[in-house]
Amino acid sequence: MSTPALSLDRITCVFASRERQGERYTAVQDTTLSVGAGEFVSVVGPTGCGKSTLLNVAAGLLQPSSGSVRVLGELLSGINRRAGYMFQAESLMPWRSTLDNVLAGLEFAGVDRSEARARALEWLGRVGLTGFEQRYPHELSGGMRKRVALAQILILDPRILLMDEPFSALDIQTRQLMENELLDLWSADRKSVLFITHDLEEAISLSDRVIVLSAGPSTRPIGEYAIDLPRPRDVNEIRLTPRFVELHTEIWHKMKNEVLKSYARNAKN
Amino acid sequence: MPETPRTDPSSATKKAKPRLPRGQLAIAHVLLLGGILLFWYLMTEPGIIPPFYFDDPMRAKFFFGQPLAVFKRIWTWFAGGSIYLHLGVTLIETLLAFAIGTLLGMVFGLWLALSPTASVLADPYIKAMNAMPRVILAPIFAVWFGLGITSKVVFGVTLVFFIVFFNVYQGVKEVSPVVLANARMLGASRRQLLRYVYLPSATSWVFSGLHTSIGLAFVGAVVGEYLGSARGVGYLIHQAEGVFDIDTVFAGILVLTVFALVLDFIVTRVESRLLVWRPRAAETEAL
Repeated sequence: MSTPALSLDRITCVFASRERQGERYTAVQDTTLSVGAGEFVSVVGPTGCGKSTLLNVAAGLLQPSSGSVRVLGELLSGINRRAGYMFQAESLMPWRSTLDNVLAGLEFAGVDRSEARARALEWLGRVGLTGFEQRYPHELSGGMRKRVALAQILILDPRILLMDEPFSALDIQTRQLMENELLDLWSADRKSVLFITHDLEEAISLSDRVIVLSAGPSTRPIGEYAIDLPRPRDVNEIRLTPRFVELHTEIWHKMKNEVLKSYARNAKN
Repeated sequence: MPETPRTDPSSATKKAKPRLPRGQLAIAHVLLLGGILLFWYLMTEPGIIPPFYFDDPMRAKFFFGQPLAVFKRIWTWFAGGSIYLHLGVTLIETLLAFAIGTLLGMVFGLWLALSPTASVLADPYIKAMNAMPRVILAPIFAVWFGLGITSKVVFGVTLVFFIVFFNVYQGVKEVSPVVLANARMLGASRRQLLRYVYLPSATSWVFSGLHTSIGLAFVGAVVGEYLGSARGVGYLIHQAEGVFDIDTVFAGILVLTVFALVLDFIVTRVESRLLVWRPRAAETEAL
């Protein structure tokens, strides 16, 4: 097997508790996972189980307490420059127009202004936002802002995409539209994707492989499922196929206990 | 259902407060001003109404001035051109105090917000200096920097600085961590973060305090002039008070008021031009 694009090796993240001093909280425990070249991997788990922590470690935004991250075979230190990160919350700079947001990464890299502009316009076209170049983020809808964020990341052509529940704030129709668009863009050059979600249907319909995490604290992977659904896929239609239902039943069976555990813990607090 | 009584409370309260149409409102404003001026005229013009408080009919005029004399004074100032020098001096002091105070406030705000050590070290002193009634510094500045423009500018700077400083400090502290992480993931260096994330965010906070800070720069200039100078509108007022020339005092106050309104209007214009990216709902006044 070739070197994976991204591999997390025995990652553990311990945080000092903010409420009670001296107490520690283990968010992620001894987690090992990898994403192959061109592979679309989803990580599902109940809310608050440390999925985002894992992604921040992969992005280099968070230093794990122990364990190591390898990017294309090399040990990661500092920010992961080969990865693009799509956040769950609003990540666009509100004082920049759509166009200036998309070309920000090129600007940081010192690319010539006119070239950056041309490439940004091209990417805005690809995500279907031609004509919205001069709008500010607050003038766009939630779905449009996600498209801008996607263009902002893809313009830098990262080998790895890290996505943290990117569409969770969108309504269901917009969400499925965005999922299909993501699959289209992804199939063009097959980046390696690590996609975090709590929505099992979303995970199955998008991915090659689904990893199930246990409920927190001390989250770790408890199951791994290859998704052998044919590509190209349409996320609406694929949900109706028997194989999808079969996979969903199988994975949900594993996930259910964890969700209940997480729910019980949250209810106690 | 004709027998159902109309008991919609929301429409009732709305109807209880009718708003005047724009044209009528303007007329009402003018009438109100005219009424006040007429009242002023009637109460101070000797011989119109029998004296009921002062024994001497000339007293009211002496204490409260007269609207006609005030306007005549303003007219001679502007027609004769003698006011322009004073207005110009006040304007320059205001703008210099505003510019220097804003610049210093931004530099220190950014510095302290981004350097935790400097922040904890300076914190008690910043708080103390902000709590201090800084108006008492004006005479000291007059001693240190003379009666010229410098002492007023320095005084204005001490007023403006803290407004801008606290706004910038807050602005940097409240930069969305997601926007920041996103910029880092897009490859921004520390320096680029400062220039492309912290600075624009802080600037927006400076603008949200713009009305306050330019107002305080103006207060600094006028109070400084009033306490000791040889030029400026504050000086004119002080001179007139010295010889009990109440008409000139009121004329000076009116000129300053109009001047402040014009400044405020310009600021509003500049603000809406520079903060187009801001959603309307988030337009809060940060003090």
